[in-house]
Amino acid sequence: MLEFLNGLAAANPEVPGVLLRVAGMLAFGALVVFVFILPVAGITSWVERRVWARIQSRIGPNRVGPGGFLQWLADGLKNLLKEDVIPQAVDEPLFRIAPYLVVAGFVAAFVAIPFGGSLIIADLNIGILYITAITSLVVVGILMAGWSSNNKWSMLGGIRSATQIISYEIPLGLTIFPVVLVSGTLSTQGITAAQGWAPHTWHMFHNPFLLVSFLLFFVCALAEGNRTPFDLPEAESELVAGFATEYSGMRSLLFFLAEWGNLYVIGALVATLFMGGWQVPRFTDDPTLLAVAQFFTIFLKAYFWVFVAMWVRATLPRIRIDQLMALCWKYLVPMALLNTLGTAFFMVLFPEGSLVVRIALVAVVLAIIFVFARRVRFHLARARGLGYGAV
Amino acid sequence: MREYVANVVQAATSIFDGLSVTFSHFFREPYTIQYPDRMPIPVQDTLPYRYRGFLDVDLEICTGCLACQRACPIDCILIETRKDKETKSMLIETFDIDLAKCMYCGLCTEPCPTGSIHHTREFEGADFSLESMVRRFIKEPVTAYKPKKKGEDDPVVAPILERGKRYIAEFADPKDDAPAAAGKGG
Repeated sequence: MLEFLNGLAAANPEVPGVLLRVAGMLAFGALVVFVFILPVAGITSWVERRVWARIQSRIGPNRVGPGGFLQWLADGLKNLLKEDVIPQAVDEPLFRIAPYLVVAGFVAAFVAIPFGGSLIIADLNIGILYITAITSLVVVGILMAGWSSNNKWSMLGGIRSATQIISYEIPLGLTIFPVVLVSGTLSTQGITAAQGWAPHTWHMFHNPFLLVSFLLFFVCALAEGNRTPFDLPEAESELVAGFATEYSGMRSLLFFLAEWGNLYVIGALVATLFMGGWQVPRFTDDPTLLAVAQFFTIFLKAYFWVFVAMWVRATLPRIRIDQLMALCWKYLVPMALLNTLGTAFFMVLFPEGSLVVRIALVAVVLAIIFVFARRVRFHLARARGLGYGAV
Repeated sequence: MREYVANVVQAATSIFDGLSVTFSHFFREPYTIQYPDRMPIPVQDTLPYRYRGFLDVDLEICTGCLACQRACPIDCILIETRKDKETKSMLIETFDIDLAKCMYCGLCTEPCPTGSIHHTREFEGADFSLESMVRRFIKEPVTAYKPKKKGEDDPVVAPILERGKRYIAEFADPKDDAPAAAGKGG
């Protein structure tokens, strides 16, 4: 992206180079928002409802378009046409700004998320640090929404969100640490480049500590994204809708857009940091074809984790706020610290990494998947009865 | 320390097993019944034979005895009869049932000598006006049915009468219940 803009600047010396670069990046950013983030966030809402429904033995939205695929467009349109109610007692400027801040926080994370070897808005040399920092803007938005709503539920939701996101920022950063140690860079492209396309070359399998780190990262990322079992800020059964209680129409939808979009950010981060990102075998020399393959590789990897997040949401109940804090400070933070130290020691012992350890870890993960499949078969065999379809 | 490790192990294993339970649901049939437009068979066919749905009248075997009108506790049945001067037979001029009033108690079907008035398994009557729920069975006067001593011989009426008699018998004796379609109730 930058090379292309530099070339453009060199070809047009009469235009100030900085201006051209800024304009080019904004244009590319807008393109990413409209053709990628919005549809992905919307489609995720439909996928989530379908996945969730199937787990609960329901069918889910299946009427709008083939298999209900266009449900997200219908919902978006409905919410756009709804009245934007601003209650009388709210702090109006803050109330209006809050959803935009939340959306801005998650959209800005896409700046450093790679879509392929050449497909990235800006390959920042502090990419991953930037992402963890900029997504904290979401807390500001949520706290603002909670405070300005002038409502006890919203207030509690906002406060909970602040505690939760700020606390989980620490283990999240600490679980990224080992990855940075191994790859020696903070740039997302650099981290991806330090891995290969084959599973055993992924950071996830570099050493046992990184494998644990990877699981902890996913847990922390779920908490950061306010996902069940950590969705305390908008706990429906206790806080109505938490910080979003007073919002209606499109403003309310923006919060959900951020939540669903955030799922993709989580997935893409897991894929980039631990699962080799967009790395594909070099099967062709055509850069376009390669870029397409890379895009689909990282998209599928990211979407797999989006699916896992939905699946976890349908499985686990919401935890209490004291449990949330205990999990963070008593378990995640010490374990993340231990992982950092362990990885450092491992790197002293094996500066080049160890192929035996890598293969062994792949085998361990395959064994876990095998045991899991056995468990699923066991539960299926014990399943009783059939639905109405059996009549 | 031991408790700490035990907690971690318990969390990991229980989440692992929980995920396997939920994952197994992807391979099961959903229970949802997509009523009314995407049913494998109409829901009426899954109801028991003696389900008390809308009332129906077989005018071919109605004797015009007004037993059902008298049995109805809320007067939702209106029958008007008249003696034809020329043929000396009974004519039924009106047979209205207000299904909006009807409470589906089944009291009218019990005294009916031929089983002419009976419940169907039909129940979908949603409409915008209450008047449309009044079923008017007679458009022009019909001659009332007269039971014959030596049994029915008319090929058209015989099967209807047969069905009516069976209906009465099954109402009186539940053990005789023969469901038309063996389906799951719900």
